[in-house]
Amino acid sequence: MKHTLSVLVENQPGVLSRVASLFARRGFNIDSLAVGTTQNPKISRMTILVDGDDHLVEQVEKQLNKLIPVIKVKVLEPGAFVSSELTLVKVACKPKQHAEVLNVARLMGADVIDVAAASLTLRFAGDEERSRTLLELLTPYGLREVVRAGSIAIEKGSGVLKNNKE
Amino acid sequence: MITGAEIMVRCLESEQVGLVFGYPGAAICPFYDSLSQSKIRHILVRQEQNAAHAASGYARACGKPGVCVATSGPGATNLITGIATAYMDSIPLIAITGQVNQWLLGRDVFQEADITGACESFTKHSYLVKDVSDLPRVFKEAFHIASTGRPGPVLIDIPTDVQTAEIGSFDYPQKAEIAGYRPRTQGHAVQVRRAAEAVRKSKRPLIVCGGGVVSAAAREELISFAQENQIPVVSTMMGLGVMPMDSPLYFGMIGMHGHENANRAIHAADCILLCGARVGDRAVNDPEKITEKSMIIHIDVDPAEIGKNMDVDIPIVGDVRLVLKSLAQQMGAAPETGEWVRRLARDKAEFVPHGTPQNGTGFVEPRSFFRALSAMMRENAILISDVGQNQIWAASSFNVKLGRFLTSGGLGTMGYSLPAAVGAKLAKPDRQVVCICGDGAFQMSMCELATLCESGAEVKIVLMQNSRLGMVWELQNRYYGGRCPATELEGNPDFVALAGAYGIRSALADSNGSAERLAREMLESRGPFLLVCRVDPGAPTL
Repeated sequence: MKHTLSVLVENQPGVLSRVASLFARRGFNIDSLAVGTTQNPKISRMTILVDGDDHLVEQVEKQLNKLIPVIKVKVLEPGAFVSSELTLVKVACKPKQHAEVLNVARLMGADVIDVAAASLTLRFAGDEERSRTLLELLTPYGLREVVRAGSIAIEKGSGVLKNNKE
Repeated sequence: MITGAEIMVRCLESEQVGLVFGYPGAAICPFYDSLSQSKIRHILVRQEQNAAHAASGYARACGKPGVCVATSGPGATNLITGIATAYMDSIPLIAITGQVNQWLLGRDVFQEADITGACESFTKHSYLVKDVSDLPRVFKEAFHIASTGRPGPVLIDIPTDVQTAEIGSFDYPQKAEIAGYRPRTQGHAVQVRRAAEAVRKSKRPLIVCGGGVVSAAAREELISFAQENQIPVVSTMMGLGVMPMDSPLYFGMIGMHGHENANRAIHAADCILLCGARVGDRAVNDPEKITEKSMIIHIDVDPAEIGKNMDVDIPIVGDVRLVLKSLAQQMGAAPETGEWVRRLARDKAEFVPHGTPQNGTGFVEPRSFFRALSAMMRENAILISDVGQNQIWAASSFNVKLGRFLTSGGLGTMGYSLPAAVGAKLAKPDRQVVCICGDGAFQMSMCELATLCESGAEVKIVLMQNSRLGMVWELQNRYYGGRCPATELEGNPDFVALAGAYGIRSALADSNGSAERLAREMLESRGPFLLVCRVDPGAPTL
């Protein structure tokens, strides 16, 4: 089962390597990891997806908490958060197929960001399932290149992941 | 104006550090230069790894963080085994390394090594200091992190130009403010109440005492909790000596190399109170079999240890000392354990200690020798064992009364005992310090005989010489069809003569009678002493 963890860390060099090294050392496999700064430039937020049972995710959470630059770890409750990931996809597409591919893009809410003689490049932001659907719809045309950024997640409602320091 | 190197020294002084262990090199020279102007004593080891072991022995003997220093590159990488050893045994340690100038970082210049990266898995935390004005904060944080919560090693890597840079003034912070670090010390009240009730209701409660009890300085609390509630105690190797071994409530060491009656006790108990024990695979082989039959209460300051290796019914995160105190207050009536204690005592009586003294065979029987040695050592003596057969003989046969038993329990690092003993003796000059090693382990750090002489530490060394890597040799005999490659030590020197070359008194024992006589002479003598005990190569561990 996939678990989504939201982690606040100090925005310092080496923090990502500490987190990655922890996963490597303990034999935990990362499904996806996305990092970016928060509204506070001193703090970054990581969204980490791990696949495993409850015991594993509990260990991941506890071990992450042991790292000094980690400020807060939360395992997000299924159904209680929304998530999104960014996908860039270059579709093989002859000029006569442009209309069809553009139609798929329009229906799915993807943007066209580059047009070339034999390809169209789309940008899509959405949850993992919708990203997968988009790629499935485009597969018959030929996927020349796919780049996915990894999932980011935020809890529903007005609650926030608190930094204890503030 | 004050330089970074002077600030480093002032930080150590502010932390009341009186002694550091190290080995200089170009990238740490500014610090050494400033250190020479300070009252802090420096002990020059002969290899950096041993600076970390000595600092670790120092820390374990006195409870304060030990400090070791090395230069960049190979100096720093040599520290790694010592740092990893301290990490596995949760020893507070500050490792200071010099680094090449910042503008050369990442260019693979002479003696550059990414030591913070290399030590990622073995440190509680690490710092690469890039700005001289960060030094006071970094040192304050490092000492705080190393010595609180679950103790551990912290590395501070400081480029040469940061050591020589100057700033206007030195101001040491009063407190370390770290957003992501707040170790919990008080146990959760509800959990403590539940635990007290479980212990009270149990018929066969058992305390498993681990190294965390030593780290938390919870010895008194553990003894009094066990005595007031008449709860039997068994120990892991790291928890040896917390419960005086002559106590009627003490039933030995658990684990693969432990006492059979102690292992039986843990399987027969209906309520197990794990105190600062991480349930390592050498201590508890089959945790599932135990959790099936018993209620498990686990007290540990590190939440990640609870439930890691064994399913737990009542987890209590906190400092063992504080938790045991509040648990004692919640207990009320003591459980009725009379029958259980008598049963364990009968079991223990059945267990006959291994080994009978040998005379006339040309060998010293190690287990009976350790029993005799413990009888002649002072009650508060510190015994430090190395890793291998010598460790198991000492751990299972030495009787710790009010003293300490130190060993590399987690990482199992050979060569640990001699440098650690030097550190322990310098931390506690009034205590008797004896280090035990095998001829394999001794040769991994025998260069430290020079450090021993130079430092004037009065360490007594007992070398169990069976001319092989006995523990591996036994393993090969059992599991590899008796083929024993690479475990016989052919090129051993004459250890008595070797000690003589350093000006250290030495003697050779070839029977239990002579070993006991010479051990007495060793303990009564002044200065360091090496007692070589010739051991039958076939002498078993158990």
